[in-house]
Amino acid sequence: MTMFDSYILFIITALPLVGAAVMLFIPAHRQDIIRWFSAAVALVVMAFTFYVFAAYDHEAGGFQFMRAWNWLELPGPWTLGSQGIQLGLGVDGISVPMVMLTGIVMFTGVLISWKIVDRAKEFFILYFLLLGGVFGVFVALDLFFLFFFYELSVVPMYLLIAVWGSSTDFKTFLRTKEYSAMKLMLYLVAGSVLIWIALVAIFAEAGLGTFSILALQEIDFSRNFQLIFFPLLMIGFGILAGLWPFHTWSPDGHVAAPTAVSMVHAGVLMKLGAYGILRVGVFLMPEGADRWMPLLIGLGIVNVLYGAFSAMGQRDLKYVIGYSSVSHMGLVLLGIATLHPLGLGGAVLQMFSHGVMTALFFAVVGAVYDRTHTRDIAMFSGLAKRMVVVAAFFVVAGLASLGLPGTSGFVAELLIFLGLFQTYPIVGVLAVIGAAITAVYILRLLAKVFFGPLDERWKDQTDASPIEKFSAGILVVFILLVGLFPFPFMRVIDSGVTTLLARITGAG
Amino acid sequence: MNNFTLLLPEFLLAGLAFLVLTADFITNDERKRYLPWLAVAGLGGILAFSLIFLWGDIGSLYGGIFRIDGYALFFKAVLIVIGIFVVLSSIDYVKKNLDHPGEYYGILIFTVLGMVLLASSAELLTAYISLELLSFGLYVLVGFDRYNPKSNEASVKYMLLGAFSSALMLFGISQIYGLLGTTRFDEMARVLASLPELSPGLIVGLVLLIAGLAFKVAAVPFHMWAPDAYEGAPTPVTAYLAVGSKAAAFALMLRLFSEALIPSVGDWQIILAILAALTMTVGNLGALVQTNVKRLLAYSSIGHVGYLLLGIAALAFVRDDNTISLATTHLAANGVMLHIVAYAITNIAAFLVISVVFKNPGNEDITGLAGLGRRSPFLAMVLAASVLSLAGLPIFVGFVSKFYLFNAAATQGLLWLVGLAIFTSVISLYYYLQILRQMYVEPAEDDSPIKVSKLTLGVLGLLFAGMVFLGVYPAPLMDAIQYASDAIAVVGSSGAELAHVLD
Repeated sequence: MTMFDSYILFIITALPLVGAAVMLFIPAHRQDIIRWFSAAVALVVMAFTFYVFAAYDHEAGGFQFMRAWNWLELPGPWTLGSQGIQLGLGVDGISVPMVMLTGIVMFTGVLISWKIVDRAKEFFILYFLLLGGVFGVFVALDLFFLFFFYELSVVPMYLLIAVWGSSTDFKTFLRTKEYSAMKLMLYLVAGSVLIWIALVAIFAEAGLGTFSILALQEIDFSRNFQLIFFPLLMIGFGILAGLWPFHTWSPDGHVAAPTAVSMVHAGVLMKLGAYGILRVGVFLMPEGADRWMPLLIGLGIVNVLYGAFSAMGQRDLKYVIGYSSVSHMGLVLLGIATLHPLGLGGAVLQMFSHGVMTALFFAVVGAVYDRTHTRDIAMFSGLAKRMVVVAAFFVVAGLASLGLPGTSGFVAELLIFLGLFQTYPIVGVLAVIGAAITAVYILRLLAKVFFGPLDERWKDQTDASPIEKFSAGILVVFILLVGLFPFPFMRVIDSGVTTLLARITGAG
Repeated sequence: MNNFTLLLPEFLLAGLAFLVLTADFITNDERKRYLPWLAVAGLGGILAFSLIFLWGDIGSLYGGIFRIDGYALFFKAVLIVIGIFVVLSSIDYVKKNLDHPGEYYGILIFTVLGMVLLASSAELLTAYISLELLSFGLYVLVGFDRYNPKSNEASVKYMLLGAFSSALMLFGISQIYGLLGTTRFDEMARVLASLPELSPGLIVGLVLLIAGLAFKVAAVPFHMWAPDAYEGAPTPVTAYLAVGSKAAAFALMLRLFSEALIPSVGDWQIILAILAALTMTVGNLGALVQTNVKRLLAYSSIGHVGYLLLGIAALAFVRDDNTISLATTHLAANGVMLHIVAYAITNIAAFLVISVVFKNPGNEDITGLAGLGRRSPFLAMVLAASVLSLAGLPIFVGFVSKFYLFNAAATQGLLWLVGLAIFTSVISLYYYLQILRQMYVEPAEDDSPIKVSKLTLGVLGLLFAGMVFLGVYPAPLMDAIQYASDAIAVVGSSGAELAHVLD
């Protein structure tokens, strides 16, 4: 391992944070400098995440690019001596795709936010803080830092939504951005209460004096302990993953957020929840996971169906995407709950695929909203006649969302369904029905908004700007890449999933 | 080193206080603006002197009632630094709103002396006298804005209830002295360890002592005075009340409970745990409905007292068979000290911003913060960082200290209470976010930029840097805290021995 490799994860996590700190000192009226600086930092970070993906050795598997720094000593009679809290970093086959996803969404998000003029400096600072937190969660191998970064990624959300967001105001339905921001914060922090309690309980129970996941995995927690504390982690992280019935923050929050933040939040942040269930819950408490997974199956299938049906009934364009996220995250949770190699692999791939796809969706919806200043579906008709490229992007995202072969959604959903049929066949059937409903609402939406006769109101609309085309294009490339050549992705993911499942069979 | 040198910082503090008072008589009004700088220079000098000459010194004066050790030195440094920051953040406020700067700064230094003595006390009556020195100064400071009826009301309320709590405490001390035959911490521990169980009289004494201390730190149900006193006092004094007096009182409590009372932890742990549970719940729920920023922060600080009490309750691990383990006592003690420092930095910053933003004392409605994000991005950023730190969110020091403290308490078997603490800290996020919302979302009535003096900018910059630095890299501070907690006698050296005896 070269010197560079051992620092790369640290650099990826620190660059957004350092970037945010540097931006504090750029005068607020020099917005051009701020934008170009943000884009440059995001581009470098994205390049590094590609490097991590390319350089990860899937044959060796396990954690790679590892590095640990002592951070704080904890005095006490620990069995491992005074290891204390370490800044331990490392990635395995599950986190590598997530890191790359975050890199992609971060860069495209900066480009999509090019037009923000109101307090752009503060916006990009908070945006970078958010992403520093997200990267940190994916690469941390220490529960303290995992939680540190988890909380860090929650903090900026309130301001990002409440200041730069938009309210939904129909005659029968009003959601102000302040309401949505507060709701999102309180839900997520309520989730972190459960996580926090579970983490300190793990620390106290293990008695190792360290939060290192690598050290804690050696401990066989007692059956009762696992049965009590696994659900805390499952629900706590599940709230962020949009787990029914704790999902209601997610459509409201995603709709109210500014475009780039919706992209990051639906695209990446919800994956933190699913990732947390895997990394902390399943990894440290395999037996508890094994016992509680039927509950997750039950909640997950409600997610899929309820999300899909709700998406059908929405009037606000962005709410459709918001509820479709709930539905798709249900598939991720179902895949995790199978604890089957196919289902788990599919779940991780779905996390990546849904991340890219949802980012594209929100980018496109944002582009439409910027031009028309409304998201009321009833107002739209035939937009494709004026916005050819925007419509094309929406079609790609839509087709990936309903799982058309050739797109990333197809591979991921197929794997999840296969895994489900091996373990819970009836739920598998229901999940396929959910995917069919997705096709219904996506195609109806496409037909209504983009096709048909052009509404007089929108005859002066312009198509996507070059910068929008470029950023959405990046996302489209990845949707097709994963759909047509899933093998390089699945190799990496499988190496991570295999290790995880070995722990379950080892424990069970 | 001889006794005189060991006590020199205290003598110098007293001298400085008199010097500032005297200088006030003999200077004309024009020169009076140098008084606070005299105070700052003096405090800084005494701080440097203490750190240089007392580092590593361990001494016990007057037959063991007064101790100079790493613990006392740590708190001496923390409390003097708090004093310096309070003086610095008072300068603009006093110039504009208060008369008699000489008395203000002089009395402030006397209270710093009281706090420093409190951290060194190793005997109940010494502790009591130091606490009174602190309290009397605070009574005056709270009522210093003498033309403001609210300030007067606050002062009277605070003084009456303070006197009442002192009486409770004295009665408790007399009870303890009557039954244990000593008021020295080390001897109390020895006698308590030899008793098979506590007599009812002793329990009454203990409860009264705890109640008296709970009054001083505003723990529920002894907190009624705090919101009124905080609201009425001049804002820098509110900061001082919230930060200094609490830090000092907890310095005493930490030493008292770990050195003197640890053998009977089985009896008081549950009392403190319930006190902590009530305090954090009532404090955080009470803050939800406040519209006055100072009252809001008062309730929030009550909540934080609950967390600190949680740390004190977690000093020892009581097993099911009533034996005591002191193996992870350091963890809890360190957590309490870290949280005190975190809380101090954060609250001074928050109150300083408030004293700058609200031009007319007596009307600190939360809507006055509206539009601060545009009127003064810097002030808004510092206040946002402070409230997020108080809420316990990264990258600020409040996150590290809360995590450390809760983790320690969970390790000591108080997981139920930690669960409650974490839950209430989420409730607190709601009202902290209201402040954020006012600053960044609501439009301002009066959009004019706020003028901030260079001095305030510098002080706030320092505090903000401290919040972030300690939130990201607390190791240097933790080294100092470890040095302090090693010095707590029973816990440090004979603690293991004691546990052995009790096992």
